[in-house]
Amino acid sequence: MNLDFGSQYDNFRNEVKSFCDNYRGVTVKRSVLGSLLYTQEESTTAAKEDDLVLTAQEWQKILIENGYFARNIPKEYGGFGARLDIVENVIINQEFSKAKIPLGTGGQGIDFLVPTLLEMGTEEQKKRYIRPALYLEEIWCQGYSEPNAGSDLASLQTKGVLEGDEWVINGQKIWTSTAKYAQMMFCLVRTEPEAPKHQGISYLLIPMDSPGIEVRPLVDMTLNAGFNEVFLTDVRIPATNIVGNRGQGWLVANKTLVHERGSLADPEKMMSRFNELVELMKEETIDGQRVIDKPVFRDQLMKVQGKVLALRAHGLRLLSARLNRGQNVSLGTMIVKLYGTEMRYEMESLAIDVMGELGTLYEDSPHLRSGGKWQYAYMYYLGLIIGGGTSQIQKNIISERGLGLPKEPKVKEY
Amino acid sequence: MYFGLSEEQQSIQESIGKFLEDEATVENIKLFNKGNLPDLPDTIHEGLLELGVHGLIIPEEYGGLGLDLLFATAVSQALGTGIAVSPYIGSYVLAPFAITNLGSDQQKEKYLRGITDLKIRFGVGLTEFIAAREKAQITLKNNEINGRALFVIDASQATHFLISDSLGILSIINANDPGLEIITLTTVDKTSSVVELRMNKVKAELLDSPNNDSANTQKLVDLGRLLIAADSLGAAQVMINKAVEYANERKQFGRLIGSFQAVKHMCAQMTADIEPCYALIWYSAHCMEHLPEESNIMASHSKAHVSEVASVIAKTSTEVHGGMGFTDELGLHYWFKRIGLNRQLLGGVNTVREEAADAQGF
Repeated sequence: MNLDFGSQYDNFRNEVKSFCDNYRGVTVKRSVLGSLLYTQEESTTAAKEDDLVLTAQEWQKILIENGYFARNIPKEYGGFGARLDIVENVIINQEFSKAKIPLGTGGQGIDFLVPTLLEMGTEEQKKRYIRPALYLEEIWCQGYSEPNAGSDLASLQTKGVLEGDEWVINGQKIWTSTAKYAQMMFCLVRTEPEAPKHQGISYLLIPMDSPGIEVRPLVDMTLNAGFNEVFLTDVRIPATNIVGNRGQGWLVANKTLVHERGSLADPEKMMSRFNELVELMKEETIDGQRVIDKPVFRDQLMKVQGKVLALRAHGLRLLSARLNRGQNVSLGTMIVKLYGTEMRYEMESLAIDVMGELGTLYEDSPHLRSGGKWQYAYMYYLGLIIGGGTSQIQKNIISERGLGLPKEPKVKEY
Repeated sequence: MYFGLSEEQQSIQESIGKFLEDEATVENIKLFNKGNLPDLPDTIHEGLLELGVHGLIIPEEYGGLGLDLLFATAVSQALGTGIAVSPYIGSYVLAPFAITNLGSDQQKEKYLRGITDLKIRFGVGLTEFIAAREKAQITLKNNEINGRALFVIDASQATHFLISDSLGILSIINANDPGLEIITLTTVDKTSSVVELRMNKVKAELLDSPNNDSANTQKLVDLGRLLIAADSLGAAQVMINKAVEYANERKQFGRLIGSFQAVKHMCAQMTADIEPCYALIWYSAHCMEHLPEESNIMASHSKAHVSEVASVIAKTSTEVHGGMGFTDELGLHYWFKRIGLNRQLLGGVNTVREEAADAQGF
């Protein structure tokens, strides 16, 4: 065991530190961009008067030019072009988090489409799409789920037919976050109706201003309209807007789904959330006594901290496996989404109990704490337990792929 | 020996259930939440009045039905089923209960009769006696009340408030008192009405009995907790029913999701958790009048245990519904939110359990 990255990284760490010093106190407005999570968690800190306030695009540009975003994406596609060194990326995360400097804005285009294009896209596609995605000039949304294709995503029915040099697309997508703002959608479409269901899907790139696209907001239990339904009626796109070959879409999409599941449980975020919870427990009182002084609450807080610390250490173990060949952590990887989201929900539930009646307040109520973000997160994380592969699907993956238990037998439809 | 609800109790539950199913549809609750159906509380209230809920426990001599607390609890359970947009617990059970037991004949004549004549409605504030937040305090001196009542329930259209001071002395104040400021609070659950009261030299009419003391106010709190637990029980049962229904119609992987053991076991576990809650609640209600030596502990555990069970059911049922459970469209979250609110009212789970341990000298 050796937790030191080595002295060869000292210079790099110092560079990052001095960048952070230069931008200490920067506030980035991302009310629209990025995932729901970013907007809710990071827009809550109000800018002080002498703070530097930047748009998400402005900040993104500074980060990319300095190598703190899109660090390993080739220069010719708009990235910084450094060779991949995971440790450097870890150091960036650590120092930014320490200095409370916002990271770059991710989102579905950057997190899922860009890696996909880098691996499976044509040269034209890489040149055309990656740079605007990185610089947030073109926002992407993900058109995967359908009303009848959720956990069973591969049964999706949105149909694409090649007519001359155009795909003609008909169908409906759901849970499409950012669709309202997006200029483009990467979309799974059934193009080979005769093929077995996993082999009949193609990965298509659809401009959102195409005639025949209608976006309807979908209000969720937090009262936010973060998701949308997207209806496609005779939508025509060029035949070349396909990533990979016809019928390869499932393969292409699965690479990014793996990524999505991992990204849902970030130990650094958990730690800072835990610290916020501690502060909350110091501030709230019951009959004049601080909640944090009450044994039952202390016990629950410590229970949550145990889980958070375990997950943080687990993050180091997963990192180590990426740095060292031969370390097998496949089970450890599979549990992250299940463990992370369930734990986060537990933490948010505790915060509500800490506030008691005040924890039920919402919207613009008097006495509301922190703009209602605990209440929001309590509901939002229930959504995350479901989204991106439900806990039940995660357990299937762990037991079948991880533990080698037999698959559910195929049964006749009923 | 007969353990369970009587035929009359079951029959009023059915009537309420049917009424709410017709009037408080998910569609209506959705509209109301968006501010498009402001009359819904009145419609529901009037319907419930026709069923006699307002006079349920008020003695017959004051125009009520003179029924017992098990009856009142059974009604609460039914109202929870339909997440009724209506004052019940505070206005029609807690206030009448306190006035019946601790009021003078004059007070009974005025307030109980006022309730059955539909001229008086009570909001009820007990929080500062139970577990005060924000160091809110209520002091009572020379028939004058000062301080803040942070979480007063059933406050919408209240003509009067029944308030406990920090020490557990109950008094009635008039909603029109010039020293009273009423601040509306918005909770996750818009079907319930909660306010903060700021009282500056407000005229307090003490409940007249020499027994108006903390022990009897605790009994009132116990009853409130029991009724809230019953409300959550009703709401949780609906969440199970909806989950089972959904599991029986939603198909993935070419089969009903209810045919997967993962989903089946979620439904079975919810059922195993909720079934004993019925007995707990009914027994606890029985204790209130017939086994008073047990009633405090039973009410505490009813509140804490049912809150816990209902919270898990709220989460599990939402998960069975998948993404749809998270949407406003399906409206499942209205039950989720009622359960969430109830969990905190009149003492959260930890507070109540701590009290229960203390009460037993552990």
